Amino acid sequence: MATVTPVMAGRALEYWLRSYRGTWRASVFSGFLSPLLYLASLGFGLGALIDRGPSGGVAGLPYAQYVAPGVLAVTAMQTAVGESTYTVMTAVRWQRFYFAMLATPLRVIDVVLGHLGFIVFRLLLVTVTFAGVGAVLGAFTSGWVLAAVPVAVLVGLAHATPVMAFSVGRETDVGFGLLFRLVIVPMSLFAGTFFPVDQLPPGLRPLAWAAPLWHGTEAARALATGRFGLWPVTGHLAYLLVWTLGGLAAAVVCYRRTLVR
Amino acid sequence: MPVTSSVVRDEGRGELSTRSSSSSGTKAGTAVRARGLVKRFGDFVAVDGIDVEVPLGESFGFLGPNGAGKSSTMRMIGCVSPPSAGELTVLGLDPRRDGSRIRARLGVVPQQDTLDQELTVRENLVLYARYFGLSRAHARAKADELLEFAHLTDRADDRVEPLSGGMKRRLTIARALVNDPDVLLLDEPTTGLDPQARHLLWERLFRLKRQGVTLILTTHYMDEAEQLCDRLVVMDGGRIVAEGSPRELIEQHSSREVLELRFTDDDHLGLEVAVRDLADRVETLPDRLLLYSADGDAALRAVLDRGVSPESSLVRRSSLEDVFLRLTGRSLVD
Repeated sequence: MATVTPVMAGRALEYWLRSYRGTWRASVFSGFLSPLLYLASLGFGLGALIDRGPSGGVAGLPYAQYVAPGVLAVTAMQTAVGESTYTVMTAVRWQRFYFAMLATPLRVIDVVLGHLGFIVFRLLLVTVTFAGVGAVLGAFTSGWVLAAVPVAVLVGLAHATPVMAFSVGRETDVGFGLLFRLVIVPMSLFAGTFFPVDQLPPGLRPLAWAAPLWHGTEAARALATGRFGLWPVTGHLAYLLVWTLGGLAAAVVCYRRTLVR
Repeated sequence: MPVTSSVVRDEGRGELSTRSSSSSGTKAGTAVRARGLVKRFGDFVAVDGIDVEVPLGESFGFLGPNGAGKSSTMRMIGCVSPPSAGELTVLGLDPRRDGSRIRARLGVVPQQDTLDQELTVRENLVLYARYFGLSRAHARAKADELLEFAHLTDRADDRVEPLSGGMKRRLTIARALVNDPDVLLLDEPTTGLDPQARHLLWERLFRLKRQGVTLILTTHYMDEAEQLCDRLVVMDGGRIVAEGSPRELIEQHSSREVLELRFTDDDHLGLEVAVRDLADRVETLPDRLLLYSADGDAALRAVLDRGVSPESSLVRRSSLEDVFLRLTGRSLVD
């Protein structure tokens, strides 16, 4: 009997955590800085104008409280995509850690889950920091923000697994630039982070609804403000879970095709 | 046998000599057995139906020019590349089904280093040992022992990146030993190293061989094969073209001695005909004639008697390199 997968994946995770010790300072610092900058600029700069306008906020909320859960979700997505593009390429081509792991009893599934475990760890750091800073600044006012944190982690995972599948077989990092410009940035801007999707022209709305980020933003916002219905939130989470698991299956196939050939 | 027993055995801070072949219980068995083994990548056939059998404890070499299929074969044996056809067993197990269990008992030195350049020398060893399920304490003790073995104790806490090529190679070999492997796979272990580094590595590998570790290596250095291999196969174009001990291969495919005749200009190009009957075989190279003969000195005297006057001459023993060039040709393979 082979050793079970969680144990083996844990061994791979240990590698990622240990190598993170070299760079954690910089990433924790930017983890604090990013919510500070976003919330200061959007929430309290732009938000002051919006709140004084005829609408008096967005969806009945002061703009800072409206935008903060969205930015939380976007931050999770961007962290996850960062960790599943260049980091994956480093592990395949530039430093080849994946090959070191696969020469040992670890299997492809262990390598994928070990790396994914590290992405979860990074996502927890980033989202907990974000929620803390946001709460101090008054952008989160309900204790329900604690429920928005795991949702944001799930948003990260829903993007991490398909992007891992996309990244592992790349020969160069050219595709990453396109991914960011054509997918990640448009999604960040138009999938309900900064303004409601019903502001989009009707023809474009289905695109936003299809984006996993929109579901994450909706669920995070509903939970963080404490104004949610059980079924809509469940639906959003289920959609994110489908992306996560579909992406995971694709990642295992793509990893095997690239690394064990 | 539970797979973990092969990696947590030998809890004492064992010398490398306290290898426990008892847990594998197959010392007299077979390390690798291949029958009609094939590896295809799309239409390209990298390994074209080879038969190989390596008993445990042997040092076995795959020789061949670039593109001969050596690395593809090694990757199949290392259970990181599924065979396209044919039979393969490693340590009596099927790589397709038992890859993880087999890899637990292998040590792998890949052609390209897979060290983490940002981590320290010691961390590279400890983390790799953890992949095999060694406890933290055992992994640290093993790392200390292997640092000593690889002459890297002084650099234990330095990052890997600035180390010399020879040091990185030694670290890679040390890392491959964290699990006390029964079989060590070395893919071009000394390519790109200076002579000092190569000799140090050979000495370390020889020590492992004496301790009973099965060594399977690829190389295109003939001196390396002669130093390390009990037996070897020469591969070319995905097939095995010769097999035997270094001595047997020389006897079968070359003469005992080689007479090399150098000439000033290209005036030797027509001379092959004049001396052909004086040796078993004559080869004309751009700058010299090679006469393969059992007695090089006698051949030289006969050549001089015929009035052929080379600028210089050399009689040497036939080497595996002669066999290699004879079997795989002199043209470059890229």
